[in-house]
This record gives sequence, structure tokens and C-alpha cells, in this order.
Amino acid sequence: MEEKVQDPVAGVAARLSGGAIISAIKDAGVGYVLSVPDLHTSYGLLMPIADDPDLKLIRVCKEDECLGIAAGLSYGDKRAVVLIQYTGFLYALNSIRAVAAEHRKPICLMVGLLGKPPGVAPRDAKRVGLRAVEPILDIMGIPHQLIETDADVPRIASAIIDAYEFGHPTALLIGRRPVAP
Amino acid sequence: MMNRMECLRVLADHITDEIVVATYSSATDWLAIVDRPLNYFAVGAMGLASSHGLGLALARPEKRVIVLDGDGSLLMNLGTLVTIGAIAPANFVHLVGHNGSYEANGGVPIPNKEVDFAGVARAAGIESCHTFREIDRFAAEIGSLLKAKGPVFADLVIEQGPLSKRDYSDMYAPARREAFRAALDAGA
Repeated sequence: MEEKVQDPVAGVAARLSGGAIISAIKDAGVGYVLSVPDLHTSYGLLMPIADDPDLKLIRVCKEDECLGIAAGLSYGDKRAVVLIQYTGFLYALNSIRAVAAEHRKPICLMVGLLGKPPGVAPRDAKRVGLRAVEPILDIMGIPHQLIETDADVPRIASAIIDAYEFGHPTALLIGRRPVAP
Repeated sequence: MMNRMECLRVLADHITDEIVVATYSSATDWLAIVDRPLNYFAVGAMGLASSHGLGLALARPEKRVIVLDGDGSLLMNLGTLVTIGAIAPANFVHLVGHNGSYEANGGVPIPNKEVDFAGVARAAGIESCHTFREIDRFAAEIGSLLKAKGPVFADLVIEQGPLSKRDYSDMYAPARREAFRAALDAGA
């Protein structure tokens, strides 16, 4: 289902292409996607990823499993993206704290901000959970970027590559529902 | 019922170039027995040892990965058994020290000491599941289990403690993670 809305920030019709995001993570050398389903990204990202022969999708039961698996994969130079919803991010905070923030493993979080209206900054969202995401990442010293339109997509590959080359976590906040390829 | 230290000493006799992922009480005792670069300590976020091990098993399919988990730790991440059962890494061995307590957190009981972990693992899709209560049987069978096609799961029914000296700052030390990677990269 295509979501095309007038972006109050850009002032132009804006969209976010799931296909472009998938291409970006492949460009960054990612081979694994670790995920708990998120309604925000299921149609535009997770389902196409499941069908993509170049990506291995590991379906986990709870989000914190992703932290351990991604850390282990990094010791074989296998790159992974952790695709979860912001509620799962909040659930997994202790694991994110230990593995990503304290051990500085190259954990690449792709967090769906379900319920955040496009064009509204996460910190200004009505839902307390959405407002909490960026301050928590800041406290943990995890760099983050809002990916809300196709114009933001080129920043995905560079963020992932930087995380793996320099050994630190990163978070990509998916601010609008991606459109399926 | 077995003694954890005794079990780990038996296990150590079979270890060559395997990756050993250990957590909390198992890690403390394992480190006291075998301090080697291919030890990987999953402490800091309780429950994740098997998830770290799964990632390592996928990343390094040429290496056997042995996870030394605890019952309290496993209960904090029980879904991991379903994930492991689904992926079924052939090089993965999951050993759970089952003493009915959160030993690292003061020895308080887990919610149900009698839980059948091997039964849970089997129901989660792991075919090779075992329960050991006597050291002689464990000593007789662990060698072949370590060579068997994984995933292998074993519930080791043990008594509480005594614990070896704990030094989490040593386990956490970046130098250990660097030594671990160097050993892997060197093909150890």
C-alpha cells in the first residue's frame, strides 16, 4: 500500500521506497537481517527482504536476541541489520546498553517509528515511546538518523559502513512506512 | 546431581579449537579452568549467551561453538530455543547448567526448578536433546555429543556452587574481545 503524503517539512509530495532501502543495505555489505515483525515496516521492507535471495532473514522471538546474534556475526565479518519496531527497541534496551553501547559492537538498528506522523520530529510525537527513542540513543552515545523520505536513503549505507569500519553502533529511524518495491 | 566444576573439567578435556561462549556462573568457573583466547564471555545482558553463540556459529561455520548457559539465563531468553531450532546450525552445542537458581544473583530460586529443559528444547525444534544427572554418563557421552551434527542441547543437572572468584571487569575487558578476534583471524 503506497503512502504518499504532503510532507510539511519538505513541502513536496514525499515517499520512502522500501526497494531503495534494501538496495542501500546491500550496498553496505549487509548479508543478514534480524527481525521481529513491525507493522510499520512489514509490507515495505520485511516481506521484500524475506523474498530477496541476497539477504538472509533470521526471524527471532524477541528483539534482544538480535543483539547477541549480530555481535556474534560480526566476528565472521558478516554484516547485519536489526529491523525492529520502536517498542521492541524499548524492550531490548538492556541488551542494547550492554552489547551496543558498552561493548561498542557494530550493531545497526533499523527502528520503525510506528505512529509517528511524517514530517513530525520523533521528539515532538504524541506517543511517549516515540519521544523517548532519540534521547535514549543520545544518552547511550549511539548515533542516529531519521530516514523519512527517499532523500534520506543515501545516508543508510554510509552509516552502516561507518559502524562496521570504525566499530560502533548506529541507529536508523524509519519515520514513515516504506513503500514496497 | 553433578557438580558444575566437575562437569566443566570433563568438558575441558575434550576442547581443542572450539569457540566456547560462557555466561555468568559457568563463565566464572570455566575461566578458572581454561583461560584461552577462544573463550567468549557473554555477560552484561543476562540471557543472550546462546544468541551470541548462534551468531558466531553462523559467522564461523568451520568452527564448533559450545555455549555454556545457565538455567536462569536461558529462562530470560527462552525464545532462543525456537530460533536455534529453526536455523539448526550444525556446529552448535548448547549446554545448560541447571541448578534451579539464579546463582549469580544471590542463589535465589528460578520459578520452577523442575522444568524439563530438554523437553522444551525438543518442542522448540531441536532434535538432539539430552539430560545428564550423573557425571559418569556425562563423561562417557560428551565427547561424541561435541562431534555430533548440531544443534545439540544438553541439560546438565548440577548442584549450586561453590563459585569460583568472579571478576566481571576481566571478562568484560576489551583486550579479551580483541584476543578472541585475533585468534579467530589467525585460524586458531
